Amino acid sequence: MSEDVLQIKDLQISYGGIEAVRGISFDVKAGEVVTLIGANGAGKSSTLRAISGLVKPKAGTVIFEGEDITGKDSNAIVSKGLMMVPEGRRIFPNLTVLENLKIGAYLRNDDLEADLETVYGYFPRLKERSWQAGGTLSGGEQQMLAVGRALMGRPKLLMMDEPSLGLAPIVVQGIFEIINRIHEAGTTVLLIEQNANMALHVADRAYVIENGKISMEGTGKELLADEKVREAYLGSVDHK
Amino acid sequence: MEYVISVLLSGISVGGQYALIAIGYTLVYGILRLINFAHGDVFMVAGLLGIYMTATLPISVSLPLVIIITVFLGFAIERVAYKPLREAPRMSVMISAIGVSYLLQNTATYVTGGQPMTYPVIPFLSDTVNVAGTQTKWVVILTPILVLVLVIALTQLINRTKVGMAMRAVSKDFETSRLMGIKINSVISATFIIGSALAAVGSILFFTNYPAITPMAGSMPGLKAFVAAVFGGIGSIPGAVIGAFIIGICETIIKGLPSSWDVSVFSDAFTFALLIVILVFKPQGLFGEAATDKV
Repeated sequence: MSEDVLQIKDLQISYGGIEAVRGISFDVKAGEVVTLIGANGAGKSSTLRAISGLVKPKAGTVIFEGEDITGKDSNAIVSKGLMMVPEGRRIFPNLTVLENLKIGAYLRNDDLEADLETVYGYFPRLKERSWQAGGTLSGGEQQMLAVGRALMGRPKLLMMDEPSLGLAPIVVQGIFEIINRIHEAGTTVLLIEQNANMALHVADRAYVIENGKISMEGTGKELLADEKVREAYLGSVDHK
Repeated sequence: MEYVISVLLSGISVGGQYALIAIGYTLVYGILRLINFAHGDVFMVAGLLGIYMTATLPISVSLPLVIIITVFLGFAIERVAYKPLREAPRMSVMISAIGVSYLLQNTATYVTGGQPMTYPVIPFLSDTVNVAGTQTKWVVILTPILVLVLVIALTQLINRTKVGMAMRAVSKDFETSRLMGIKINSVISATFIIGSALAAVGSILFFTNYPAITPMAGSMPGLKAFVAAVFGGIGSIPGAVIGAFIIGICETIIKGLPSSWDVSVFSDAFTFALLIVILVFKPQGLFGEAATDKV
């Protein structure tokens, strides 16, 4: 029905002989939220880093909107409309909140006012603190800033690497509500999470990665109900 | 009194010239965490270019040309000697910088035959002027003003423009800057271009005051400017400028003390003793940030 925004075919990544990703394929269709879940070291982050051009894959192809972007420079990839919220927020501590948002739109030359208002609409807290240095924000606020910064690039595909990492449960709740709203506003999202419960609730489709390979796929609901997934990633109900 | 004024004036002037070199050190350190040991020699080459250019071309053409060629030299050094080592340990890049430094010094020795070369008299800059009853050269008056204008322009560039924002972002985080679509290599080149341009301007002002250039002429001012950058807090532009003025003024005061005290030979020693004292008691310098990483 809807077209593929992102298509990954047989992607392999290795770091000095150690294979982190061993041939995975998946796709993300326009308007979807797709999540990759899996344990620490399963190869999720490596996959995102290869898509965004930070590491060069050993083999395989990354196709974005029908164009092969495998191994291209990050700069070229970002210019096509692929923005990433990196793991650990990685906001610029020495730039103000406003500058952090503006730098997300670095490759744009048009007026940013409307987009700033949209981001401030999602995160009113950022507007209050727009003149503060990014480094003075709390962890949750920094995550909001990292998401806002990526949205400023008007992404066709927004990739998020562990947005819940190291945040209080109430803040995580807030971040996932925002992911829902971003989704409803029509942005396609590729989400990577260890917090499988939250991720599967928000996702249209999900893939489970184990040891650098995809071991399972389905809709968010299907995987939430799956016995093996519950055991491995959600903690079985008895233990709750 | 007149003597005091003339000592202070020349101190401020020397300080300004150090400041123009020190900014190059501090800018590059801010982005690459690299002490660019070749920077003082780029300054020396700019001086030699000044001699060769003015010998054949009118001043109005040759001086801009000196700045342009020096900028190109700084840019080329980064591309050839530092860029291929981007992923290498920092020590390798530093050793490469030392190599470039020796290369420039020895090339200069080859070209000039090691003879001291006389810097041309630049009209106006070398003319004398009366200030508060003391005779001095125009260059002494103009240097601090020019430095102030250039520093203000530079801080505006860094704090107000998109390129400046990118420079500040890259100085903190290469990878995330790339994820914003920033071309890291262009930003790094920009810092080398700015640093070299300022060093070229500094060389014109500095050598107008000094009789001759040797291939080693860049190393002492370079080292002192480096001390100034460390003193002010390496990575900080206002720090480098203030550090340079303090060192320039102190040095000239020591040189100007009564000759019966016999301390003027210690002016260089003072600068380097200062370096040791700073590194022991306040390693981050006047305005540098403490090297703690927030997790």
